[in-house]
Amino acid sequence: MADVAHRSAALPQNGFFGFADRFRDKLPALLAVIGLIGSWQFVVWAFSVPTYMAPGPLDVLRSFRDDGWTLWSNFWPTLFEAVLGFIFGNLIAILLAIWFVHSRTAEKAFYPIAVFINTIPIIAVAPILVLIFGSGYLPKIIIAALICFFPTLVNMVRGLKAVTPATLDLMRVLSASQSEIFWKVRIQSSLPFLFAALKIASTTCVIGAIVAEWIGSNFGLGALIIEATYNFRSPLLYATVFTAALLAVMLFTLVSIAETRLIRWKASDVH
Amino acid sequence: MNASALARSAAMPAASEDKANVAVSVRDVDVVFGERDSAVTALSGVSVDIPAGSLVTMLGPSGCGKSTLLRAIADLVPLRSGEITVLGRSPEQARRERNFSFVFQDATLLPWRNAIDNVRLPLEVGGGGSAHAEPAELLELVGLKGREKALPSELSGGMRQRVAIARALVSRPKILLMDEPFGALDEITRDKLNEELLRIWRETGTTIMFVTHSIPEAAFLGQHVLVLASHPGRVKEFVTVDLPAQRHLAMRDTLEFVQITAHLRRLLEEC
Repeated sequence: MADVAHRSAALPQNGFFGFADRFRDKLPALLAVIGLIGSWQFVVWAFSVPTYMAPGPLDVLRSFRDDGWTLWSNFWPTLFEAVLGFIFGNLIAILLAIWFVHSRTAEKAFYPIAVFINTIPIIAVAPILVLIFGSGYLPKIIIAALICFFPTLVNMVRGLKAVTPATLDLMRVLSASQSEIFWKVRIQSSLPFLFAALKIASTTCVIGAIVAEWIGSNFGLGALIIEATYNFRSPLLYATVFTAALLAVMLFTLVSIAETRLIRWKASDVH
Repeated sequence: MNASALARSAAMPAASEDKANVAVSVRDVDVVFGERDSAVTALSGVSVDIPAGSLVTMLGPSGCGKSTLLRAIADLVPLRSGEITVLGRSPEQARRERNFSFVFQDATLLPWRNAIDNVRLPLEVGGGGSAHAEPAELLELVGLKGREKALPSELSGGMRQRVAIARALVSRPKILLMDEPFGALDEITRDKLNEELLRIWRETGTTIMFVTHSIPEAAFLGQHVLVLASHPGRVKEFVTVDLPAQRHLAMRDTLEFVQITAHLRRLLEEC
């Protein structure tokens, strides 16, 4: 038959050989990490770098063991702020994008304001919000939300508009209403764009929460970073930074899993 | 050359024909794009009657407005003047009543829906229409039995266009408007789909208007060929193809067929 589709021949392999293949695939990255940590330990040892200036990997590991509870109890507030900021920031961005797509006037009126808000450095906004909302959770959540907001707004507007003229012609021939076009076409075609933004937001929301905790806070990983720095507890500082990175990677992974679950179709025409 | 014996020509065919036997009637239609200085006349004084149950191909140089005429019949393009009636109704009314379906050059399938869900789309929007065929049976009709669950990205270009044809047939339209549906396909696939389109036309009794820029395709498919001239788009000739209704690809090598294509080519050169 002339038009038989040829699916990709590279199917994922299972079993032992699949595992071995995957391991061989990851091997260079693994070796590079081991090499970097090894040379870090070597430099610290060879030049007798004082621990307060730059601790070695072993000092950091020891800190994970000794200060485990401190890290654990400060991990949760930051997670809480980052996740709530992620939810609210993206939710508002998505709703605003939907409004913009349906109303040119709304887009013309509020898009420049959104751009302006995006140009303000988040570090400059943080003290203002702390002054207004105090040192509780609220200003941190707002800052985490603020940092997520803009990339999602831009991508979501683009995604909702990324419907080809031919598809709109098709929907017109079918006499589809605006709301049918929205629910059957626009929402679905915006998903790849949305998830591109959500992946960015999943790591930046952690940054937002930590930056907010730097200012007038006595809990969270951000506050722990400040405290460890002032007390020259460098191994704890490093351990905190790694914990924060781990938190960001965790959120990123969750968003990626949701993406592969929701977008099973291959987005061949999304660039 | 004795081509006229094979291809009867008439400027205004079927003028005396009973109105009930006319599927689409086009009267003195002008279509103009743009305003004032930048205005481009796409169609000028176009009149034609499409007999019910016939397969009419539309042929012409690029810019002759053959697609525009098809889109005007489908209520996708507004008329400057003149009148189009589709089964005695206005194009808008005919669209709302699902009297016609449109097949685009691109299959315009929704990439997140599998084959059968794409075929089902017309039943889910715009009121769904009154009559409908069984989507699974239509996929069988277009030769895609067993691929119901395949996503568009898993299908070849020819298979995608088959799905689009099945989708067009699901609301049991009386008229099928096809805008260069096989233009992007390779020749072998195209030949195969041409034969299958003829089979579907015979089995369903649908009136088909088929835009193409291929002379052999126009002659092979059409009972009539509407030849359009360009700048501005106007009717050059309404050619009746005197070949048996039952057609085979091998027929394209006969003298009769070659004489018809030669006649069409000469008409196009005069345009």
